[in-house]
Amino acid sequence: MALLLSVLEQGLIYGIMGLGVYITYKILDFPDLTVDGSFPMGAAIACVLIIRGIPPAFTLPVCFLAGAFVGMLTGCIHVKLKVRDLLSGIIMMTALYTVNLRIAGKANLPVYNMETLFDNKLVNRVCGGLLENFRTVLMILLITVITKGLLDWYLRTKSGLLLRAVGDNDTIVTSLGVDTGLVKIAGLSIANGLVAMSGCMFAQQQRFFDISVGTGTVVIGLASVIIGTSLFRKLTLWKVTTSVVLGSLIYKGCVALAIRMGLSSSDLKLITAVLFLAILVLGMERKKRVKSDAGITEHNKTVSSGHHQ
Amino acid sequence: MLVLQNITKQYHPGTINEMCLFDHFDFTVRDGEFVSVVGSNGSGKTSLLNLICGSIDTDGGSILVNGEDMTHKKVHLRHRKTGRVYQDPSRGTCPSMTILENMSLADNKGRRYSLRKGVQKGRMEHYRELLAQLNLGLEDKLYTRVGDLSGGQRQALALLMSTMTPIDFLILDEHTAALDPGTAEIIMKLTDRIVREKGVTTIMVTHNLRYALEYGNRLVMLHEGKIILDKSGEEKKRMDTEEVMGIFNRISVECGN
Repeated sequence: MALLLSVLEQGLIYGIMGLGVYITYKILDFPDLTVDGSFPMGAAIACVLIIRGIPPAFTLPVCFLAGAFVGMLTGCIHVKLKVRDLLSGIIMMTALYTVNLRIAGKANLPVYNMETLFDNKLVNRVCGGLLENFRTVLMILLITVITKGLLDWYLRTKSGLLLRAVGDNDTIVTSLGVDTGLVKIAGLSIANGLVAMSGCMFAQQQRFFDISVGTGTVVIGLASVIIGTSLFRKLTLWKVTTSVVLGSLIYKGCVALAIRMGLSSSDLKLITAVLFLAILVLGMERKKRVKSDAGITEHNKTVSSGHHQ
Repeated sequence: MLVLQNITKQYHPGTINEMCLFDHFDFTVRDGEFVSVVGSNGSGKTSLLNLICGSIDTDGGSILVNGEDMTHKKVHLRHRKTGRVYQDPSRGTCPSMTILENMSLADNKGRRYSLRKGVQKGRMEHYRELLAQLNLGLEDKLYTRVGDLSGGQRQALALLMSTMTPIDFLILDEHTAALDPGTAEIIMKLTDRIVREKGVTTIMVTHNLRYALEYGNRLVMLHEGKIILDKSGEEKKRMDTEEVMGIFNRISVECGN
């Protein structure tokens, strides 16, 4: 039971991070490594704010804005200074390691016995008695659903349509008289805002910040996105975001299972890497098949490109 | 009115492959003209369009649109009042988005892409009417992903999208070259109708001499960065394919093609 709860809690929290990675990797086609820095940044800011006695509810918007800011910097490095996408992320990730240590003041920062998003007077009053064990997961579920809803809404606005168009075919965005660079920067901002929010929730669920919590974030995010979008391929747009969150839950479930079966938590990164490689290779196999189909008939081509979302 | 003055464009300057394509090149397109531009490979047709749209920079000279100097304006700013249809049908549309979403995007050109609803339900009837005019049955497929359409259907949609909002110029970059002959014919007729209806000034680059003669009211032939033939109005009407073909072959032979 405790295991299931922890998979649900962490899966949903990482689901929000997955939504951010979905924006960069799937929509913008930008492999953004900034997330390895913006996730722990959210965690660091959350812990510092909580220790200062700021009400936990404020940590979410503050972390989102901070994440959006570093996403904007990555975007500017890529768009304005014309550094390659992967390198822009690596530069920011490296810089953020120091920034995160400065924010937290040290490499780890516990927030035991303090009010968090999931453990405060209001939540405890609403979720008392039988619900007590579930208050954390319920709060996380609530925040995840609201975040996903907001993202779904945004992707359907004029600005959101433009964001989707940039990754799809940036020629058309230029043709519409819009600067594609600005749209990419906006996309990276939103994505890293979400990732920092996820880090913020993670720190409050774990009740500590550690400088190493960010390592491998991008791989977990990519794994969630690829698992989600591959397994639930035929879904329409509003459900793609759902499938990313589900992908994150499945991923966390697999990892929990592996540890249950006797692997130690220090093996985690290796498991992640192997799992991710397997997913990538399987994903490529499918793409190859789709491509060879496309050569045969027009009909097959249309069917296969329909799958590519 | 579009004026290219004194345009100079070099490729690979300072290398052994240095080539001067345009040397003090002048070209004017008056409002309401439908110019067909023909020429062999390397004659400068596509470079001409890229210069006008800003996809490549000039080395000298200036580009004026309705008196405004556009020479060093950013690419996206130059497209505010210009529509462009490309040779590759997939460049004019977004494949993973629906027809409805594609048209909504195009419909908003020139205005802010704000946080208001992307697809305005009130405009759907208008989109359906526009699509119905294509006679391709697309009006019943508003929710179909554009990636699931055929090349011809995509190109028709791209043409429609590029002319949905008021524009000063329509740039057609060999827009029928990637289509089969039957579909090319349909797209060409459609182009002619849209250009006539909107009265939009149009520059069409084509490899098809017959289209160049049949459509439009001015014919320009480029060769090695120079205009070697420029006929409009009655003069153009009197020309026939053989005559143009003759000139075309002569210059091709000269260059050893």
